[in-house]
Amino acid sequence: MASIRSIVQLCSAISFNSYWPGFQNGSIYRGPLKAICLPSLNCYSCPGAIGSCPIGSLQAIMGSISFQFSFYVTGLLLLFGVTLGRFICGWLCPFGFIQELLHRLPVPKLQLPHWSRKIKYFILLGVFLLPLLPTATGIGVPYFCQYLCPAGTLEAAIPLYLSYPPIRSATGALFWWRIFWLGLILLLAAMYYRGFCRTLCPLGAFYSFFNPFSLWRIHYDFGKCNNCGQCSATCPVELKVTENPNHPECIRCLRCTKACPTQALTFQIATESKKEVYNVKA
Amino acid sequence: MKRSIMTKIVFLTGSIFLAFGILRGEAFEVLQKAIQICLECIGIG
Repeated sequence: MASIRSIVQLCSAISFNSYWPGFQNGSIYRGPLKAICLPSLNCYSCPGAIGSCPIGSLQAIMGSISFQFSFYVTGLLLLFGVTLGRFICGWLCPFGFIQELLHRLPVPKLQLPHWSRKIKYFILLGVFLLPLLPTATGIGVPYFCQYLCPAGTLEAAIPLYLSYPPIRSATGALFWWRIFWLGLILLLAAMYYRGFCRTLCPLGAFYSFFNPFSLWRIHYDFGKCNNCGQCSATCPVELKVTENPNHPECIRCLRCTKACPTQALTFQIATESKKEVYNVKA
Repeated sequence: MKRSIMTKIVFLTGSIFLAFGILRGEAFEVLQKAIQICLECIGIG
Protein backbone atom coordinates (compact mmCIF):
# COMPACT_ATOMS: atom_id res chain seq x y z
CA MET A 1 0.00 0.00 0.00
CA ALA A 2 2.84 2.38 0.87
CA SER A 3 4.35 2.05 -2.58
CA ILE A 4 1.00 2.59 -4.34
CA ARG A 5 0.39 5.63 -2.17
CA SER A 6 3.86 7.01 -2.93
CA ILE A 7 3.18 6.66 -6.65
CA VAL A 8 -0.19 8.43 -6.29
CA GLN A 9 1.45 11.19 -4.23
CA LEU A 10 4.18 11.63 -6.84
CA CYS A 11 1.66 11.71 -9.70
CA SER A 12 -0.44 14.20 -7.77
CA ALA A 13 2.53 16.49 -7.07
CA ILE A 14 3.57 16.39 -10.73
CA SER A 15 0.09 16.88 -12.14
CA PHE A 16 -0.73 19.78 -9.79
CA ASN A 17 2.53 21.45 -10.91
CA SER A 18 2.77 20.42 -14.54
CA TYR A 19 3.32 23.81 -16.18
CA TRP A 20 6.94 23.08 -17.05
CA PRO A 21 7.76 26.34 -18.94
CA GLY A 22 7.24 28.18 -15.66
CA PHE A 23 10.29 26.54 -14.10
CA GLN A 24 12.44 27.40 -17.12
CA ASN A 25 11.30 31.00 -17.55
CA GLY A 26 10.66 32.03 -13.97
CA SER A 27 7.00 32.70 -14.80
CA ILE A 28 3.68 31.25 -13.67
CA TYR A 29 0.74 29.66 -15.51
CA ARG A 30 -1.91 32.27 -16.34
CA GLY A 31 -4.62 30.10 -17.90
CA PRO A 32 -8.27 29.61 -16.91
CA LEU A 33 -7.57 26.53 -14.76
CA LYS A 34 -6.18 28.90 -12.14
CA ALA A 35 -9.80 29.77 -11.28
CA ILE A 36 -10.16 26.28 -9.82
CA CYS A 37 -8.83 25.47 -6.36
CA LEU A 38 -6.82 22.29 -5.90
CA PRO A 39 -7.84 20.09 -2.97
CA SER A 40 -4.48 20.40 -1.19
CA LEU A 41 -2.02 23.05 -0.10
CA ASN A 42 -0.22 23.99 -3.33
CA CYS A 43 0.97 27.57 -3.82
CA TYR A 44 -0.53 29.27 -6.88
CA SER A 45 2.68 31.20 -7.35
CA CYS A 46 4.60 27.98 -7.89
CA PRO A 47 5.96 28.28 -11.46
CA GLY A 48 4.39 24.91 -12.28
CA ALA A 49 1.03 25.28 -10.54
CA ILE A 50 -1.96 24.77 -12.82
CA GLY A 51 -4.57 25.43 -10.13
CA SER A 52 -5.03 27.63 -7.10
CA CYS A 53 -4.24 27.02 -3.45
CA PRO A 54 -7.51 26.87 -1.49
CA ILE A 55 -6.04 28.58 1.58
CA GLY A 56 -4.42 31.33 -0.49
CA SER A 57 -7.62 31.83 -2.47
CA LEU A 58 -9.75 31.90 0.67
CA GLN A 59 -7.59 34.60 2.22
CA ALA A 60 -7.42 36.57 -1.03
CA ILE A 61 -11.20 36.60 -1.46
CA MET A 62 -11.93 37.39 2.17
CA GLY A 63 -9.35 40.15 2.19
CA SER A 64 -10.59 41.69 -1.05
CA ILE A 65 -12.63 44.86 -1.25
CA SER A 66 -15.52 43.12 -3.05
CA PHE A 67 -16.15 40.19 -0.68
CA GLN A 68 -15.95 39.42 3.04
CA PHE A 69 -16.54 35.68 2.79
CA SER A 70 -15.72 33.16 0.09
CA PHE A 71 -18.68 30.93 -0.68
CA TYR A 72 -16.84 29.57 -3.70
CA VAL A 73 -13.73 28.33 -1.89
CA THR A 74 -15.62 27.24 1.23
CA GLY A 75 -18.08 25.33 -0.96
CA LEU A 76 -15.25 23.57 -2.78
CA LEU A 77 -13.57 22.69 0.52
CA LEU A 78 -16.84 21.35 1.92
CA LEU A 79 -17.27 19.13 -1.15
CA PHE A 80 -13.66 17.90 -1.05
CA GLY A 81 -13.93 17.25 2.69
CA VAL A 82 -17.28 15.50 2.68
CA THR A 83 -16.18 13.25 -0.17
CA LEU A 84 -12.73 12.16 1.02
CA GLY A 85 -11.94 13.73 4.40
CA ARG A 86 -8.22 13.67 5.15
CA PHE A 87 -7.57 11.13 2.41
CA ILE A 88 -6.53 14.30 0.56
CA CYS A 89 -3.76 14.87 3.15
CA GLY A 90 -2.55 11.30 2.94
CA TRP A 91 -2.66 10.74 -0.80
CA LEU A 92 -2.81 14.03 -2.72
CA CYS A 93 -0.86 16.73 -0.86
CA PRO A 94 2.55 17.47 -2.45
CA PHE A 95 3.94 19.10 0.70
CA GLY A 96 2.81 16.11 2.77
CA PHE A 97 4.64 13.85 0.31
CA ILE A 98 7.85 15.85 0.70
CA GLN A 99 7.60 15.57 4.48
CA GLU A 100 7.13 11.80 4.21
CA LEU A 101 10.22 11.50 2.04
CA LEU A 102 12.23 13.45 4.62
CA HIS A 103 10.89 11.25 7.39
CA ARG A 104 12.67 8.32 5.74
CA LEU A 105 16.03 9.88 6.61
CA PRO A 106 17.92 7.96 9.30
CA VAL A 107 17.48 10.43 12.17
CA PRO A 108 15.87 9.86 15.59
CA LYS A 109 12.07 9.58 15.38
CA LEU A 110 9.97 11.36 18.01
CA GLN A 111 6.30 11.51 18.96
CA LEU A 112 4.33 14.74 18.92
CA PRO A 113 2.79 15.89 22.20
CA HIS A 114 -1.01 15.65 22.06
CA TRP A 115 -1.61 19.35 22.74
CA SER A 116 0.36 20.32 19.62
CA ARG A 117 -2.38 18.87 17.39
CA LYS A 118 -4.74 21.63 18.51
CA ILE A 119 -2.58 24.49 17.19
CA LYS A 120 -3.81 23.96 13.64
CA TYR A 121 -7.41 24.76 14.66
CA PHE A 122 -6.33 28.18 15.92
CA ILE A 123 -4.46 28.75 12.65
CA LEU A 124 -7.60 27.74 10.72
CA LEU A 125 -9.58 30.28 12.75
CA GLY A 126 -6.95 32.90 11.89
CA VAL A 127 -7.19 32.05 8.18
CA PHE A 128 -10.91 32.85 8.29
CA LEU A 129 -10.74 35.90 10.59
CA LEU A 130 -7.45 37.75 10.13
CA PRO A 131 -7.99 38.79 6.48
CA LEU A 132 -11.03 40.71 7.72
CA LEU A 133 -8.92 43.02 9.90
CA PRO A 134 -8.96 46.59 8.57
CA THR A 135 -5.84 47.84 6.79
CA ALA A 136 -4.80 51.18 5.31
CA THR A 137 -5.33 49.89 1.76
CA GLY A 138 -8.65 48.20 2.51
CA ILE A 139 -7.19 44.88 1.32
CA GLY A 140 -6.80 42.23 4.01
CA VAL A 141 -3.41 40.64 4.67
CA PRO A 142 -3.07 36.88 4.00
CA TYR A 143 -1.11 36.28 7.20
CA PHE A 144 -0.80 32.51 6.81
CA CYS A 145 0.61 32.79 3.29
CA GLN A 146 2.88 35.64 4.31
CA TYR A 147 4.43 34.27 7.49
CA LEU A 148 3.67 30.58 8.00
CA CYS A 149 3.18 28.70 4.75
CA PRO A 150 6.24 26.50 4.07
CA ALA A 151 4.68 25.19 0.85
CA GLY A 152 4.75 28.69 -0.64
CA THR A 153 8.45 29.05 0.19
CA LEU A 154 9.38 25.65 -1.20
CA GLU A 155 7.16 25.64 -4.28
CA ALA A 156 7.14 29.34 -5.20
CA ALA A 157 9.70 31.52 -3.42
CA ILE A 158 12.77 29.33 -3.98
CA PRO A 159 12.05 28.39 -7.65
CA LEU A 160 11.27 32.04 -8.51
CA TYR A 161 14.32 33.28 -6.60
CA LEU A 162 16.48 30.93 -8.66
CA SER A 163 14.86 31.49 -12.06
CA TYR A 164 13.66 35.11 -12.02
CA PRO A 165 16.48 37.60 -11.22
CA PRO A 166 14.27 40.64 -10.29
CA ILE A 167 12.98 38.66 -7.31
CA ARG A 168 16.49 38.45 -5.86
CA SER A 169 16.90 42.20 -5.57
CA ALA A 170 13.54 42.49 -3.77
CA THR A 171 14.21 39.99 -0.99
CA GLY A 172 14.44 41.17 2.60
CA ALA A 173 13.94 40.03 6.16
CA LEU A 174 10.57 38.42 5.41
CA PHE A 175 12.04 36.27 2.67
CA TRP A 176 14.82 35.04 4.92
CA TRP A 177 12.34 34.40 7.75
CA ARG A 178 10.44 32.23 5.29
CA ILE A 179 13.60 30.30 4.39
CA PHE A 180 14.41 29.77 8.09
CA TRP A 181 10.83 28.65 8.81
CA LEU A 182 10.83 26.22 5.89
CA GLY A 183 14.16 24.78 7.05
CA LEU A 184 12.77 24.29 10.54
CA ILE A 185 9.61 22.59 9.25
CA LEU A 186 11.61 20.26 7.02
CA LEU A 187 14.03 19.47 9.83
CA LEU A 188 11.12 18.61 12.10
CA ALA A 189 9.55 16.53 9.32
CA ALA A 190 12.56 14.26 9.42
CA MET A 191 11.98 13.59 13.12
CA TYR A 192 8.19 13.88 13.46
CA TYR A 193 5.96 12.07 10.97
CA ARG A 194 4.23 14.87 9.00
CA GLY A 195 4.76 17.33 11.81
CA PHE A 196 3.46 20.33 9.86
CA CYS A 197 0.27 18.56 8.72
CA ARG A 198 -0.55 17.40 12.22
CA THR A 199 0.19 20.57 14.12
CA LEU A 200 0.00 23.62 11.85
CA CYS A 201 -1.82 22.97 8.57
CA PRO A 202 -5.15 24.84 8.44
CA LEU A 203 -6.34 22.71 5.54
CA GLY A 204 -5.70 19.53 7.51
CA ALA A 205 -7.64 21.08 10.38
CA PHE A 206 -10.56 21.87 8.05
CA TYR A 207 -10.68 18.38 6.52
CA SER A 208 -10.37 16.73 9.94
CA PHE A 209 -13.95 17.78 10.75
CA PHE A 210 -15.21 15.60 7.88
CA ASN A 211 -13.37 12.35 8.63
CA PRO A 212 -16.20 10.91 10.76
CA PHE A 213 -18.88 11.31 8.09
CA SER A 214 -17.11 11.64 4.73
CA LEU A 215 -18.56 9.60 1.89
CA TRP A 216 -15.42 7.48 1.66
CA ARG A 217 -14.34 6.33 5.09
CA ILE A 218 -12.83 3.43 6.96
CA HIS A 219 -15.33 0.76 7.88
CA TYR A 220 -14.59 -1.31 10.98
CA ASP A 221 -16.20 -4.72 11.24
CA PHE A 222 -16.25 -5.45 14.97
CA GLY A 223 -17.24 -9.08 14.36
CA LYS A 224 -14.12 -9.81 12.31
CA CYS A 225 -11.66 -8.10 14.69
CA ASN A 226 -9.43 -10.39 16.76
CA ASN A 227 -7.94 -7.52 18.82
CA CYS A 228 -4.40 -8.24 17.63
CA GLY A 229 -3.55 -4.53 17.71
CA GLN A 230 -1.66 -4.61 14.38
CA CYS A 231 -3.67 -1.65 13.08
CA SER A 232 -2.67 0.69 15.90
CA ALA A 233 0.91 -0.59 15.85
CA THR A 234 1.30 0.41 12.21
CA CYS A 235 -0.54 3.75 12.45
CA PRO A 236 2.02 6.48 11.69
CA VAL A 237 -0.04 9.16 13.47
CA GLU A 238 -0.24 7.09 16.65
CA LEU A 239 -3.99 6.47 16.79
CA LYS A 240 -5.90 3.67 18.49
CA VAL A 241 -7.59 2.63 15.30
CA THR A 242 -10.32 0.35 16.63
CA GLU A 243 -11.50 2.99 19.10
CA ASN A 244 -12.19 5.43 16.29
CA PRO A 245 -11.18 4.34 12.77
CA ASN A 246 -12.26 7.73 11.37
CA HIS A 247 -10.45 9.86 13.93
CA PRO A 248 -9.99 13.51 12.87
CA GLU A 249 -6.20 13.04 12.98
CA CYS A 250 -6.27 10.05 10.59
CA ILE A 251 -4.73 10.98 7.23
CA ARG A 252 -6.03 7.75 5.69
CA CYS A 253 -2.71 6.32 4.67
CA LEU A 254 -4.58 2.98 4.93
CA ARG A 255 -1.65 1.13 6.51
CA CYS A 256 -4.11 -0.18 9.10
CA THR A 257 -6.33 -1.76 6.45
CA LYS A 258 -3.31 -3.56 5.00
CA ALA A 259 -1.99 -4.63 8.40
CA CYS A 260 -5.30 -6.11 9.54
CA PRO A 261 -5.03 -9.91 9.22
CA THR A 262 -8.80 -10.44 9.28
CA GLN A 263 -9.85 -7.61 6.93
CA ALA A 264 -11.88 -6.01 9.72
CA LEU A 265 -10.83 -2.59 8.41
CA THR A 266 -11.74 -1.52 4.89
CA PHE A 267 -11.78 1.83 3.13
CA GLN A 268 -15.02 2.14 1.20
CA ILE A 269 -18.04 4.25 0.38
CA ALA A 270 -20.24 4.39 3.45
CA THR A 271 -23.68 2.88 2.95
CA GLU A 272 -26.84 2.99 5.02
CA SER A 273 -26.68 -0.74 5.74
CA LYS A 274 -23.21 -0.66 7.31
CA LYS A 275 -23.66 -0.29 11.02
CA GLU A 276 -20.49 1.01 12.67
CA VAL A 277 -19.58 -0.33 16.11
CA TYR A 278 -16.30 0.72 17.68
CA ASN A 279 -14.16 -1.34 19.99
CA VAL A 280 -13.87 1.12 22.85
CA LYS A 281 -12.03 -1.35 25.09
CA ALA A 282 -9.24 -2.10 22.63
CA MET B 1 -27.52 12.94 14.01
CA LYS B 2 -26.99 10.05 11.63
CA ARG B 3 -23.74 10.22 9.70
CA SER B 4 -25.44 9.72 6.36
CA ILE B 5 -27.70 12.73 7.01
CA MET B 6 -24.68 14.87 7.95
CA THR B 7 -22.96 13.77 4.74
CA LYS B 8 -25.98 14.81 2.67
CA ILE B 9 -26.40 18.14 4.47
CA VAL B 10 -22.74 19.08 4.01
CA PHE B 11 -22.78 17.93 0.38
CA LEU B 12 -25.84 20.07 -0.31
CA THR B 13 -24.41 23.07 1.57
CA GLY B 14 -21.13 22.77 -0.31
CA SER B 15 -22.91 22.63 -3.67
CA ILE B 16 -25.06 25.68 -2.86
CA PHE B 17 -22.02 27.64 -1.60
CA LEU B 18 -20.06 26.72 -4.71
CA ALA B 19 -22.84 27.73 -7.09
CA PHE B 20 -23.52 30.98 -5.22
CA GLY B 21 -19.82 31.83 -5.13
CA ILE B 22 -19.46 31.31 -8.87
CA LEU B 23 -22.59 33.34 -9.59
CA ARG B 24 -21.32 36.33 -7.67
CA GLY B 25 -17.97 36.26 -9.43
CA GLU B 26 -15.64 34.75 -6.85
CA ALA B 27 -14.08 32.29 -9.32
CA PHE B 28 -13.06 35.25 -11.49
CA GLU B 29 -11.59 36.96 -8.40
CA VAL B 30 -9.58 33.81 -7.63
CA LEU B 31 -8.34 33.73 -11.21
CA GLN B 32 -7.31 37.39 -11.09
CA LYS B 33 -5.33 36.76 -7.92
CA ALA B 34 -3.77 33.48 -9.02
CA ILE B 35 -2.45 34.61 -12.40
CA GLN B 36 -0.20 37.17 -10.74
CA ILE B 37 2.83 36.30 -8.64
CA CYS B 38 1.68 36.57 -5.04
CA LEU B 39 4.30 38.69 -3.29
CA GLU B 40 3.12 37.64 0.18
CA CYS B 41 3.41 33.97 -0.80
CA ILE B 42 7.03 34.33 -1.87
CA GLY B 43 8.03 36.46 1.07
CA ILE B 44 8.66 39.84 -0.50
CA GLY B 45 5.27 41.47 -0.05
